[in-house]
Amino acid sequence: MTFSCLQPPPLPDPHIDLESYEAGADLMVLNLGPQHPSTHGVFRIKLVLDGEIIVKAVSYPGYLHRGVEKLFEKLTYAQVTPIVDKNDYLSPMINEQAINMVFEAGLGIEVPRRARWMRTIIAELQRIASHLVAIGTFVLDVGGAIGGGASMFMYTFRDRELILDIFEELTGCRFHYNTHQVGGQRHDVPVGWDAKILSAIATIEQSLDMYDTLTSKNNIFRDRSEGVGVLGRDLALQLGLNGPVGRASGVDLDLRRDAPYHLYDELDVHVPVLMEGDCLARFKLRALEVRESIRLIRILLEDVPEGPIAALKPSKGPTAVKIKDGQWYVGVESPRGELGHYLIASASANKGMSPYRLKIRPPSLHLVSLVPWLLPGNSLSDAIAILGSLDPVMGEVDR
Amino acid sequence: MPTELLLFYALGAGAVLSTAAMLLPTTGRSPIHAALLLIVSFFFLAGLYALLSAHLLSILQIIVYAGAIMVLFTFVIMLLNLSPDEIREPKISYAKMLGGGVALFVFGKLLNGIGLAASAAKAVDLTQHDTFGTVKEVGHMMYSTFMVPFELVSVLLLVAAVGAVVLAKKNLAYVDRPVPSPAEEFKTEGHAAGDGEAAAGHGGHH
Amino acid sequence: MADLLANPWLRGIASSVVIATGVLTIAAWAIWFERKFAARMQNRVGPNVVGPAGLLQPLADALKLLRKEVLVPRKADAVLFRLAPALALFLTIAVVAAIPWGKDIYVADLDIGLLWVLAMSGMMLFPLWLAGWSSNNKYALFGGMRAVAQGISYEIPLLLSAMVPVVLAGSFNLREIVEYQSVHGWFAIWPPGIGVLAFVIFFATSLAEANRIPFDIPEAESELIAGVSVEYSAMSYGLFPMVEYVHTWLSSAVASVLFLGGWSGPGSSIWIIGLAWMLLKTSILFAFIYAMRWTLVRFRADQLMHFCWKWLVPVTLGLVCLAAVWVNVTAGGR
Repeated sequence: MTFSCLQPPPLPDPHIDLESYEAGADLMVLNLGPQHPSTHGVFRIKLVLDGEIIVKAVSYPGYLHRGVEKLFEKLTYAQVTPIVDKNDYLSPMINEQAINMVFEAGLGIEVPRRARWMRTIIAELQRIASHLVAIGTFVLDVGGAIGGGASMFMYTFRDRELILDIFEELTGCRFHYNTHQVGGQRHDVPVGWDAKILSAIATIEQSLDMYDTLTSKNNIFRDRSEGVGVLGRDLALQLGLNGPVGRASGVDLDLRRDAPYHLYDELDVHVPVLMEGDCLARFKLRALEVRESIRLIRILLEDVPEGPIAALKPSKGPTAVKIKDGQWYVGVESPRGELGHYLIASASANKGMSPYRLKIRPPSLHLVSLVPWLLPGNSLSDAIAILGSLDPVMGEVDR
Repeated sequence: MPTELLLFYALGAGAVLSTAAMLLPTTGRSPIHAALLLIVSFFFLAGLYALLSAHLLSILQIIVYAGAIMVLFTFVIMLLNLSPDEIREPKISYAKMLGGGVALFVFGKLLNGIGLAASAAKAVDLTQHDTFGTVKEVGHMMYSTFMVPFELVSVLLLVAAVGAVVLAKKNLAYVDRPVPSPAEEFKTEGHAAGDGEAAAGHGGHH
Repeated sequence: MADLLANPWLRGIASSVVIATGVLTIAAWAIWFERKFAARMQNRVGPNVVGPAGLLQPLADALKLLRKEVLVPRKADAVLFRLAPALALFLTIAVVAAIPWGKDIYVADLDIGLLWVLAMSGMMLFPLWLAGWSSNNKYALFGGMRAVAQGISYEIPLLLSAMVPVVLAGSFNLREIVEYQSVHGWFAIWPPGIGVLAFVIFFATSLAEANRIPFDIPEAESELIAGVSVEYSAMSYGLFPMVEYVHTWLSSAVASVLFLGGWSGPGSSIWIIGLAWMLLKTSILFAFIYAMRWTLVRFRADQLMHFCWKWLVPVTLGLVCLAAVWVNVTAGGR
């Protein structure tokens, strides 16, 4: 696989010069966050408002900074997995997979087919769970925590609960799983797991029809989301956006299809792409992706591969994995876009047991970088809707 | 009768006191408190109207004056957010003197008219009619005897409203501003993503 | 006892006490009702710990709020900050005075009863605006400004749609409006089209006055956190939701008086059955408001204004004219 050396030209500054703003206008500075219920975590945006219209928006992430990348350099390869669960806390499974895939690339080992099959199913289930949260919280942001938005939020969380139950049956945990390890899986498939998955996705498929009725046939919801926060394809490309937000703006890119990993090369992944680029398109696209994930899971469950679930023997301690000198990058399709891990391994770093440097490319950081572009010109209410439709996870942005 | 008299004095005293309280140095420094006291005195006046059997007038006093108009008044005062020093500075200009002169003239004319009417009118105790002050009575008057002035006033108010909108409307050019577009040279069709070029690959080695 | 009640002063004091306790009781259990109702809509259980089926939960909440300290921000206007919630409660309860709950159950038989109701609920803007401004908080200020803008705009279609039953019944007196309907049928049904449209608009705009979804932009918690009440604590905060519940309840009561025949119904000559009819109609409208609240999302501020000025105001003006024509065409109807 080659890397594109496409160097985009410098972006124009989205921040307007306030001195040149209409003379005599009374501007007000409003700090949205960091303790605001609708910024999806501790995220602060400084808004300059003219009445209710946003003139300028400056984002200040960093309130959830935990120094994860520095921590990686102190922990051994086997100890890293439980840490990354907390990065994108809405899709911990995919974080675990991504970081273990870069270690496997460093070791140059092939993961057994059964483990890859499990990882594909887990990734798709996690994608459904994460998109359900995104769908629910977007309606919550548009509709209010005590109102119609909350009902939808409850419904999506009820459906997400089914997936958490499946994961709990597999791993014993509901959120921070630590079930992936270098070379394969830690826990094998429990008995009757596939039947449980099939019934859960059947329920979710039915619920999706209900969500569709509740939202796309609701005029107020359409008024609030249609044509709001339009992100053009050019800007999306230039800011390096992919994932649902990019695909809702016409960026036809999905790593599951274009750079397949796990078992995706055997599957025919249909990637939904919308051209509108507004909040409604982003919302609809997530629902379409959930349907696609359901389809993929059904195909996967038809043929269960037998065999071992891990390439390496179960590790006896945290020091089992040692990676020699080299640099590797692995990108996977997380529910928010391309989640990349860039590993520089060195035999000198903790005797080869720890990464020399491990850089994360979090998709949410690119989503947050849209704030100064999308918010100006919209009202305060729309700003919340736009933020909700981007669905960033601050744990991943700040790391 | 004593009840009515008692109420009259109570309401009258309330109206006078609340208006007088506006002039006190403690409240006079805060225009908001003064405006709210004005609302209180409007309520007392509404009570006096009700005592005179003018029910419609009293309720309109509350809806229109105490409700709609004073909300806008306080709205403006609060958003101006004047400091006490600014308020205590009386400035006299020619425009203000002219305006004051006109106001005095109109006020004098009004007093004169009231005096004329009072002397010319026969002393009729209107409150003896049981329909006095009811909605029907006022409506009849408004749409028969005072039809033309009533309509003229409403046209005047409409013109004033339209004028206020025209004056207050801002230049909204910025609001319709398009989202800043990226640099021109990047807008090429050749970079249609999805061809794997822009995608970072799985396990790519350097 | 009857002699004592003949005295207007004593009668006034007695009815005030009855109303205040009655309304606050209704508000408390309206909160319980809504929480249970919303829980059922959302596949939850709702309050179920304090008392049987959580019935004592409102009481527990009130006690908790009463025990807390009222915090006044240092830069707030302390007098207005404390005054606003009390004023809100006062104005809301004042509305009750003119509503006929049964054939002879009312506090005051005002010939301008409807105007009294509308005046008092229109004055509700004041406490909201005072609370928003005096908190000295930008979010609260936003809430207050939105409340005033929305309140003043929606008062127009509210008043105009309330004029339709007035024109039809030929009276501002709520008791007479109900009596007219008990003879000629509900205004929501007859005259066809005009009545039902006026009913829907009146109901919708009274939701806007009571700050209910989809019109609850003054306290839009997803953007303004809690709007006007963002700086309030303890019971001075608790009064705001309470007032909102009372206001919603009273809006349903006025709508059922104006359009659904109030206390009239089979057997309403007996006062208790009339009262039951009135409470039943009010409760159904009340429950409908909650079903809507937990289903719909909210408008944006500018969409709300467009909806009001470009749709509701012209339509209600037309409805008043149509009602006048109807009265003249069917002259002798009264």
